Amino acid sequence: MKEQLQAIQVEALEKIAGTDEIKALQEIRVAYLGKKGSLTGVLKGMGKLSKEERPVIGEIANKVRDAITTALDAKNEKLEQIALEKQLEAEAIDVTLPGKPVKQGGPHLLTSIVEEIEDLFIGMGYEVREGPEVETDYFNFEALNLPKNHPARDMQDTFYITNELLMRTHTSPVQARTMKEYKGEKAFKMICPGKVYRRDNDDATHSHQFTQIEGLYVDKNVRMSDLKGTLDVFAKKMFGEDREIRLRPSFFPFTEPSVEMDISCKVCHGEGCSVCKGTGWIEILGGGMVHPRVLEMAGYDPREYSGFAFGMGPERIAMLKYGVNDIRAFYTNDKRFLKQYHQA
Amino acid sequence: MLVSYNWLKNYVDLGEITPEQLAEKITKSGIEVDHVTYIAAKSTNVVVGYVASCEKHPDADKLNLCQVDVGEETLQIVCGAPNVAKGQKVAVALPGAKLPGDIKIKKVKLRGIESNGMICSLKELGLDPEYIPADVADGIFIFPEDTVAGESVTSLLNLDDAVLELDLTPNRADALSMLGVAYEVAAILDKPIILPDESLKIESKKSAHDFIKVEVEAEDLNPYYGAFIIKDVEIKASPLWMRNYLMAAGIRPINNVVDITNYVLLEYGQPLHAFDYDRFASDKIVVRRAVDGEKITTLDNQERTLGADTLVITNGKEATAIAGVMGGANSEVMNETKTILLEAAYFNGASIRNTVKATGLRSEASTRYEKGIDPNRVKRAGIRACQLLKQYAGGTVLADVVEYDALDRSEKIVEVNTARVNERLGTEIDASTIAAILKRLDFTFEQAGNDFTVHVPTRRGDITIFEDMLEEIARIYGYDHLPFTLPVGVAQSGGLTGRQALKRQVKNYLQSAGLMETMTYSLTSEADITKLISPEVREQNPQAIALALPMTEDHKYLRLSILPELLHSLTYNQARNQANLAFYEVGNVFISDEETLTKQPTELLRASGAVTGKWVEHPWQQEVKDVDFFVVKGIVEGLFDFLKIPVTFSPVKLADMHPGRTASLEVDGNMVGFIGQLHPSLEKELDLKATYVFDINLDVLIKKYDAAPSFTSIPKYPSIERDIAFILDEHVHAGDVQTLIKEVGAPLVKQVEIFDVYQGGNVEDGKKSIAYSLLYQHPDKTLKDDEVEASYQEIVEAVNKAFDAYVRS
Repeated sequence: MKEQLQAIQVEALEKIAGTDEIKALQEIRVAYLGKKGSLTGVLKGMGKLSKEERPVIGEIANKVRDAITTALDAKNEKLEQIALEKQLEAEAIDVTLPGKPVKQGGPHLLTSIVEEIEDLFIGMGYEVREGPEVETDYFNFEALNLPKNHPARDMQDTFYITNELLMRTHTSPVQARTMKEYKGEKAFKMICPGKVYRRDNDDATHSHQFTQIEGLYVDKNVRMSDLKGTLDVFAKKMFGEDREIRLRPSFFPFTEPSVEMDISCKVCHGEGCSVCKGTGWIEILGGGMVHPRVLEMAGYDPREYSGFAFGMGPERIAMLKYGVNDIRAFYTNDKRFLKQYHQA
Repeated sequence: MLVSYNWLKNYVDLGEITPEQLAEKITKSGIEVDHVTYIAAKSTNVVVGYVASCEKHPDADKLNLCQVDVGEETLQIVCGAPNVAKGQKVAVALPGAKLPGDIKIKKVKLRGIESNGMICSLKELGLDPEYIPADVADGIFIFPEDTVAGESVTSLLNLDDAVLELDLTPNRADALSMLGVAYEVAAILDKPIILPDESLKIESKKSAHDFIKVEVEAEDLNPYYGAFIIKDVEIKASPLWMRNYLMAAGIRPINNVVDITNYVLLEYGQPLHAFDYDRFASDKIVVRRAVDGEKITTLDNQERTLGADTLVITNGKEATAIAGVMGGANSEVMNETKTILLEAAYFNGASIRNTVKATGLRSEASTRYEKGIDPNRVKRAGIRACQLLKQYAGGTVLADVVEYDALDRSEKIVEVNTARVNERLGTEIDASTIAAILKRLDFTFEQAGNDFTVHVPTRRGDITIFEDMLEEIARIYGYDHLPFTLPVGVAQSGGLTGRQALKRQVKNYLQSAGLMETMTYSLTSEADITKLISPEVREQNPQAIALALPMTEDHKYLRLSILPELLHSLTYNQARNQANLAFYEVGNVFISDEETLTKQPTELLRASGAVTGKWVEHPWQQEVKDVDFFVVKGIVEGLFDFLKIPVTFSPVKLADMHPGRTASLEVDGNMVGFIGQLHPSLEKELDLKATYVFDINLDVLIKKYDAAPSFTSIPKYPSIERDIAFILDEHVHAGDVQTLIKEVGAPLVKQVEIFDVYQGGNVEDGKKSIAYSLLYQHPDKTLKDDEVEASYQEIVEAVNKAFDAYVRS
């Protein structure tokens, strides 16, 4: 019987080794290990054996069954692996074909610039304020030390609606409104972004509508050096750590002293080149110490409080930072232009 | 203001400083120098020549053959200028000379005759033709007789002069004169100022009082009027140096009288006016407001009608000048003029400004009056002009100035304290430095330790308070020397308001949904102002708000909808082969029901979008799909979902919209916007393919948005799905059925979705089949089949009853 079992093992293992199909393997399993299988048949004859022989043969039979099962499983796994590989090979696709596009929009360049500046000043403790685009003559001019008939009103040609209502020419009225709201009592820092309007003919450098961001800090003992330091931080964060700033005296009716800020030219670093028209410097923004009359009109006592203010045009900043050469590009909304700056 | 560098040298020792270096210093100290230009490109070897003889060229009618003495030799030169003549002193470019425009002068033969050089016009020497005097505009330049032959013309004609163009801010009216600029430059360079000689020796025994009286009827507008009489003037060309300076300053020389008034205007910043005394035809000047409708013909031969606010100079009968703006033709100085009546006056700036606005006339004079002149320089300028008229027009200046004088010439006093200066600037400037700065500015002051009492000179009308002085001190000290510090005061946490933060999130959502942000104009045209207004905006009866003086018809009205301008952006792109577009904009529209605005309109924040062309573009997998209503509706639904605000869509008919493909949006029963396809006729008008738009009131949504919703526990018990398909009349709205199912099914039905809409086939005509998928769930227990079944039957009955529908088996 022992020989019989060993013969079965040899025969079964040979058959398993010679099989290449999962189905045939299944048949082999049935033929040897099934209810009517040959190994099962041999084992049925175990009853006839003596008490001494039974455990010995039983052990051999188990070993044979284990050997066949192991071989079957191993072969099965191998064949399944081969079959899977075949199937996957058949499933191969051309990975160089284009993918299905995801519809993607993006922000307008001016929004990106405005948000960048907002975030920069928020980091320095500024709140963001907004105000109406249709303003009163009072908040747009008078509260900013620009009484009617003041020659400096010529600096900004205005779209009037009525004698008293107009399209705001700058975001400065938001400064006046904020000061008024804080009733001359509260120290604060704020910036105010928004659309502004001037009576200009649209061309490469002029637009009847554009955006502005202004900043205002009112407190006791605000120094002009604080303005200089703040603008330096802004310029370096916005344009690069290697840029220098320069303040020049200027004039705005709502600030005194007034400044104009230049940054060193990124091309020549102050040496002078065609980009900066040989001066080494590029004008970025205006600002100054809040005029005492402006503080006073808003309810702040100028002997107790002082402040600084500054204002800039995101269009100009975009033009300098990205080389946009026509201000109209911001408002024509050419898709190719919009798309260029979606990751800006 | 154009500042001649050579002219300026008369008042300040500029040393070795170049025009460019000077420009840089002036700019850094507060007056921006726009450009430095040279009045002529460099020329060499051009000298004065004496035309010893001048004959016709034997073979050319228009050419002359001249023998020209150039000092060391006499040269034969062929000259084509019409005004060349024997005895003239002219500019000669010698052989080997270089002229502007890279022209080299060589010996040449002209029609067979040798020419050894060229006699030059001012234009050929590089001067701007616009400023060349009329008498030498068409030919060669002729020097005064006393010029020496052989001398280089460069300095004689001021050809090496540089001009600094100052871009003056409105406060710096003081720099509208050479003297004002000289004070500025002297302060910057820390040099003394050299004032012009104002001495005038009166030789006449006659008094001007015997010739003229001055009456001022409008003292508020004319606090000072000075009249000078200069007799026996000879009208001729002004001296060469004066002509040179005027040309450099951008003024064309005319004759000595006109040039002298212009010269003094530029030198002192004080406008003067010369009348022909005989043509003035009166012994009385009356300054008064014009009679409304009064007429005057000005020097430019234009008849002008004046308003009652205009100040005029009259001879007691008729207007002879618009005060401070322009003289009248009736009293203009002519070549025959013998006696000059010279006006030096102080006119009110605001009044002149109004006149300029009303007449559209602006002159060098009016510009200075408008910005404010120095009250202490008015009379001095008159005297300076008399001195020059005496010297260069041979005039006899009569004794006395006939004056009307109510002018305040007092100096402003400003107190300056050293500690306060440093507090405001963040500096540590000591009192002696401040004193030195005040001296440099030529301001007089009294000092008591750290306190200064500054007497601001009247030429600096812009300085009235401490802060003005602070700027003066800071700019002369140098803004470059201010330290860099950061604010040490307020400790405030910055940030966005909830509204601002949500606005950013809404934009981010729309962008991630595939839309590009645009920026269009808020001002729109008459044709567009009424288009595509959202129904809830229209309910407010909004009026078209127009600008009083629009720049163009395209940008005249304040928009009531973002969409029309957005659609123009689509058209712009389509015309440039950009056919697939998905744009949105967030911005304000301006609403007021007032026909004439008396208060600010409501500014309503809206989100609008427009989509056209292909939405899905994946051709090789046969997935290419044009945008349709449901694409845009999906984006809008997504927005409301993102904001957790329930919205309902109802069919609506709106002008300019497709009547069958437009829906209004409602939140809590109130309209908040609309969505749909443009009316095909509007699409055609705009040259657009099928275009879908939306327009939503963002203000309402932002207000309703709950930034911190309270916690709802996640359901623990299993849900059960049931499907129902109804056969209904084809006009029944799927959404209405959905709403009813939700109502009847509540609270067990958590969700109702439509998964199939079908018409035709075995569905009878006029009917449609809509299949709904219902999700049942109980918060506290596992639902039993019979509970679901009961609810399901209830829904079927309700839908049947409401819509005459039956369940499709």
